[in-house]
Amino acid sequence: MFPLGLTQYVQGGVIIGLAVAVVYILTGTHATQSSFFTTTLSYFVNRPAFQLQTNLDSRQWRLYFAGGVILGALIYTLTISPEGFWVSSIPVWKFIVGGFLVGLGTRLSSGCTSGHGISGVASLSIASIVAVISFIIMGVITANLLEMLGI
Amino acid sequence: MKQQNLVLLIGGLLFGFGLALGGMSKPEIVLSFLQLKDFGLVVLMGFAAGIDLIAINIIPKITPKPLLRGNFKPRQRTLSRKTVIGAIIFGIGWGISGICPGSALSSLGIGNIPILAGIASMFLGAYVTGRWLS
Repeated sequence: MFPLGLTQYVQGGVIIGLAVAVVYILTGTHATQSSFFTTTLSYFVNRPAFQLQTNLDSRQWRLYFAGGVILGALIYTLTISPEGFWVSSIPVWKFIVGGFLVGLGTRLSSGCTSGHGISGVASLSIASIVAVISFIIMGVITANLLEMLGI
Repeated sequence: MKQQNLVLLIGGLLFGFGLALGGMSKPEIVLSFLQLKDFGLVVLMGFAAGIDLIAINIIPKITPKPLLRGNFKPRQRTLSRKTVIGAIIFGIGWGISGICPGSALSSLGIGNIPILAGIASMFLGAYVTGRWLS
C-alpha cells in the first residue's frame, strides 16, 4: 500500500491544506490552480471566454500564486530535499499529449486536482465530488491500460 | 505589491513546498498511485482537503469576514455535462502523463525541465477549451 512510507505524504498534505486555508482565512480566495492557464491567456487572447470579468479579476493573483508554487518547490529542493534537483525519466511526448488533455479537460470541467479535489470537496460541492470520482477513475484506467500495453 | 498578491505568493510558496515534499511534483509518484501501487497520494489529498474542510466550514462561524479583505464563499460549481466530460478528459491526460496543473508547476521548481513541454501543452489545451467555449 505505502512502499515509500506515510511521512512525506502526511507532511505534504498538511502543508498544502494549510496553504489553502491561510489564503482563505485572510482573503476569502480559493487558491486553486487550473484557472491560471485561462486567466494568463486573457492577457493575449481577446475571445469572450478568456475576457470574462472573473478571469480579469483573478489573473494577477493567479500569476503570483503560480510563481509561488514554482518557487516553493525550488526552496524545498535547495533546503531539505535529500536528493537535490531531479529530472523525470518519463518520455516527453507523454507530457505533451497528457498536458494538452489536462489543460483542455480541467478548463472544460472548471477545476483540477486542487480546484475540485481540495477546495471543491472541502466546500462539499456535488459537482466537484463527481468530477474527482470521474478523473480518478479515468486516471486509474488509463495508467493501468498503458502499463499493461507496455507504453 | 498588492496585499492579495502577497498573500497568494506566500500561499503559493507553501503549496509548492508541500507538493514537492509530498512527492506529487514527481509524475512517477503520481503514476504509481494511478497504477494502484502506492496510495500515499490519497493520504496527502485527504489531509489537504480535510484541513480545508475545517477552514471553509468552521472559520466563517468564528469570524464573519476574512481577516484582510473579501468575503467567505464556499466553492460551488453547477454539475453539468461539461464538468463530467472535462474531468474524464483530464483523467485520461493525468493517467498518460502523471501531471496536473499544480504538480506540473512545482515539478519545474524541483528541476524537472522537460515538464516545460507539458506546461506549454496545458496552455494549448486551455486555449482550445476557451476558443470552443467562446
